[in-house]
This record gives sequence, C-alpha cells and structure tokens, in this order.
Amino acid sequence: MSTPTTAPAPGARNERPSAAGKPATKPQEPPNKLRAWVTRAPLLPALVFMIVVTQLPFVATLVVSFFDWNALYPEARRFGGFENYGEVLGDAALRESVITTAILTAVVVLTSLVLGLGLALLLDRTFKGRGLVRTLLIAPFLLVPVAAALLWKHVLYNPEYGLLNGMLTWVFGDDGPQPDWVAEMPLGAVEVALIWQWTPFMMLILLAGLQSRPADSLEAARIDGASAWQIFRYLTVPHLRRYLELGALLGSIYIVQNFDAVFTITSGGLGTANLPYTIYQTFYQGHEYGLASAAGVLVVLGSLIIATLALRVVSSLFREEARS
Amino acid sequence: MSASVTVADPRKARAVTAPRTVRRRNALLGLLAWVCGLVFFLPIAWMVLTSFHSESDAATNPPSLAAPLTLDGYREFFGGAWQSGPWPALANSLTASVVSTLFVLVLALPAAYALSIRPVRKWTDVLFFFLSTKMLPVVAGLLPIYLFAKNTGFLDNIWLLVILYTSMNLPIAVWMMHSFLAEVPVALIEAAQLDGARLPTILARVVAPVAAPGIAATALICFIFSWNEMLFARVLTGVVAQTAPVFLTGFITSQGLFLAKVCAASLVISLPVLAAGFAAQDKLVQGLSLGAVK
Repeated sequence: MSTPTTAPAPGARNERPSAAGKPATKPQEPPNKLRAWVTRAPLLPALVFMIVVTQLPFVATLVVSFFDWNALYPEARRFGGFENYGEVLGDAALRESVITTAILTAVVVLTSLVLGLGLALLLDRTFKGRGLVRTLLIAPFLLVPVAAALLWKHVLYNPEYGLLNGMLTWVFGDDGPQPDWVAEMPLGAVEVALIWQWTPFMMLILLAGLQSRPADSLEAARIDGASAWQIFRYLTVPHLRRYLELGALLGSIYIVQNFDAVFTITSGGLGTANLPYTIYQTFYQGHEYGLASAAGVLVVLGSLIIATLALRVVSSLFREEARS
Repeated sequence: MSASVTVADPRKARAVTAPRTVRRRNALLGLLAWVCGLVFFLPIAWMVLTSFHSESDAATNPPSLAAPLTLDGYREFFGGAWQSGPWPALANSLTASVVSTLFVLVLALPAAYALSIRPVRKWTDVLFFFLSTKMLPVVAGLLPIYLFAKNTGFLDNIWLLVILYTSMNLPIAVWMMHSFLAEVPVALIEAAQLDGARLPTILARVVAPVAAPGIAATALICFIFSWNEMLFARVLTGVVAQTAPVFLTGFITSQGLFLAKVCAASLVISLPVLAAGFAAQDKLVQGLSLGAVK
C-alpha cells in the first residue's frame, strides 16, 4: 500500500476536492487514473469480500434451484428446468408458510410499532427516573433471541407452572382458567414473544424521531395556542412519518427472516412454520436441495420488493441529512 | 347571580388550576411510563428470580415469590451434568464474535474512509450496494454455503462462522462508520494537510479522536449480532464448533424440572449482549437503523 499512496500524494494534497466526483480539468491523465485507483483501493477488500461471500451463494442457489436434487439420492440428480418452481408454487404447505410469514410479520411489526409509538411519546417528556425506565424498556431487546424465546416457551407459557397461569391462579383462585397457551394459540404465542422483543426497537427509532422535531416550530405552535392533540396531529405525525416507515421496513426485514422464535417456541408446528423455517426444514431434514433452493429464490424475489421500498426510505432520510 | 361570579372568575381560576392539572397529568403520565417499563421488564425480573430458586420452587403454581434463594441453577448449568457443559460453546461464541468483529473493523474502516473522507466516485451507489446485501434473506444462501462447507471439510469449524458473521456485519459497520467519519470536519483535515501532516498522522491525530466513540459502538453492535446468530450456527456446526445459542436450543424439548437451569443459562448467555447493548446504548438506534437515524 505504501508505494502507490505516497507517489501521487503531493498532487492530491492540493486538489482534494477534485477527487470528490467531477473530473479534474488539469490535463494530467496518468496520475489522475492512478489517483482514482488509490482512492478506490481502501474500498476494494470489503467490496470483494462481500461479493464473494454474499453474492456467489445466491448464484449457486439459483443454479441448484433448476435441478431435481434430493441429497439422499445423489445419483438421481438431474436438470429439471422450472419443475421445482412449479412444485413450490403448487405445494400447499409452502403456500401456507407464505401466508404465515405475512401474518406473523404484519402483526408483529404493526403492533410493536403502535406500542413503540406510545412508549416513545411517554418517554419524550421529563419525569423522575426517565433514564431507568428507558433502560428497563430496552432490556427485552438485549436478550439473545433464543433465550427470549425459551423464556416465553418454558417460563411464561408453560400450562402447569408458567408465570401466566400462575398469575391467573392468583387472580381467580384454584378454579381459574389454565389455558395451554402455545397449543391453543400457537401463532399468537410466537407473535407476543416477538412483539415483546421488537417494541423496544420501534420505541428507540421513534424516540429518536420525536427528539429530532424542530423545537422552534413546536414553540410557535404552543404560543399560537395549539392543543396537545393538534400539535400531535399536525406536527408530530407528519414529522414521524419517515421514522414510522423506517421502523416498519427495518422491522419487516428482520421479522420476515425470523427463525429463532418459530424454531424455539413451536418448532414450526401447529401452523406456525414461516418461510425461513420451511426452507430450513426442506433442505436440512427433507434433503430436498432443489426444492429448497427454488423456495429460496422466490423468497429473495419477495424480499426484493420490501428491500426496494426500504432502500427508498433510507436514501430519502440520507439525502435529507446530507442537505442539512 | 351566581353566573356573574363564575364569569368573572375563569381567568383567575385557570391561572390557578391549569398548572395543577398540568402537573397532575404530567405525574400520571410519568407513572404510566413507569408502569409500562415495569410490565415490559417483568418477564426478565421473573427470569432472574427463578434462576435463583431451587428447581422444585421454580415449578409451582401459584408461583412461589418468597422461596429461599440458591445458586443451584447456575451450579448445574456450569457444572456440566448436562451435555459437556457450556464452556466450549461459550468459548466458540466468544471466538466467532470477537474475531469476526475484528475482521469487520479491519475491512470496514478503510472502506468507510473511501466513502466519506476521501470519497470515490459514485460512493452512494457503493454504500447502497452494501445495504442491499443486508436485505436478502439469509436462508436463501444457506444451502450453497452448507454444500461448500461439506465438500471442503469446513463443516463444524468455527472459522466458517467467523467468515459468515463478518459478511453479515460488514454492511452495518460500513454504514455506521461512514456516518461517524462524515462527522470529521473537512476543514480540520485540510488544515492538517497544509501543515504538512502525512496520512497516518492525520488518521491518528484528527480522524481517530472524533470517530473513536462511533467505532467502539459499531464494534459492540457487530459483537451483539454475531453473538445472537443461531440459524447459520445451527446448520453449520455440530459438536465441536457449537455456539452458545445452539447450546440453548438443547433446552427446547426439555421435560421435567429444569426451569431454574434454563433461566440461569439464558441469563448467563445473554449477559455479554446486555453489557454490550447498554454500553452502546446511545448509538444503538443509529446502528440498528444502519446509520439512517441519528
């Protein structure tokens, strides 16, 4: 690294802005080209690493998805064209897991967004012990996801000695209702555990949004006699819209991919198998490599839609920030 | 007659009562915030309490709040009466998280430099390429990685996880560090250059002091994500390279009396994340939102 960097340095030192984008007007072709590469050099290791580790496997997935390939019968592997896609789209279990994923994601993201907004509004004020309350609220997000899921499955939901049924016994006495939470509402059980973990995330984003509200326009609204509700409706909500979108999209990206909670709480049973779990099972237990890959490609296509939206929101926040 | 009295009064009445109702409402909302905080924390508090109960006291209905405290749960968890004990898994998690975080820093720092302080052309496109890799679902790349590992003998090898966790966290780190390095005033760098300072001097004396807290927070967040990861670890490791979250999955189908032990295990394994998370608290949002929210 040392030789190429030091060579063009004297020129670069004086003309730093020219490296920022517009081509330099000075007719010094070779040094410019060299300098461009010197500027690029620090970026290359990270870029090459990312392409090799994250993009190549997707290409391989795409290739495998066109093969009829069960690992238990390796000699029967053959090119199948779009067969796998037909099978995936026609498979009732897989279609169901798409719906499960959509429901799980929508319920968890929307509920934790609403709860997170309420908590952010409560925390965006001064009261005694505000810092401590914030810490208490963040704690669920800082448990290892598997540990949090185990906590809900065994310690809270357990029908015989879980805390939830224990509290029901406290309230209603020995004849109180003692539901088997996971068996009676499997998807709800997974959702509640995830909402508990993700509400703090939403709260943090929305709290950052609330605290970035311009203080002068709030002050002006107050002087003009706007009520708390009017301030919320006409100042806070429009300002928060970006942050709500960002929270929803980032939450969706993480929760669409959720594996830990489904795997731990229900092991994908009782109609809670979401797409990541189903794909995991297709390949890890079913050894259907071709099918799993085709499902994987379809998931990528689906998440490209979310990702495009998310990138748009992030880049608009990003541009706004760059301007200010 | 009384009406005329009340008409005269309102201004005075409001002047006196308004602060009081406002104060009461503030107190109520503060109380509500406390109640919410405690409700959210309740499961964790209960987990802590249960981890210090004996197994028979942990599994009662109604719950025994005042049962005597004991360290049996922790003793059993660390004692290794079950499987080979947690130490190999904890060591593996530590290796995977710390080494991958170091790799991330080594790769992300120069990249962020080339994207903020001395930006390449089309640096926003590069930045968004990094971000887009984060949005593709992990499961879709899992199979080829598994096949690669199986054919090259990297299955059940902690270094495979190190590489994967590096790629998992690199986009986050590049984004975060880009925004931290962008906070370094350009005028300061130019002044140092005019004074004849070389690049290493500028990095050490000008850039590092401004960006150091951000770099530290980035490292903590990468550590958390690596420590938490379970899907890759579950599929790609077995006995030797098993990580702490995979060790925890051993409790999924447990039967009988094990609540105190499961609580102790969950807490011990979450402790590094809790510590790192609270240490990085101020920058946590920025990291999780990939630098989009300050």
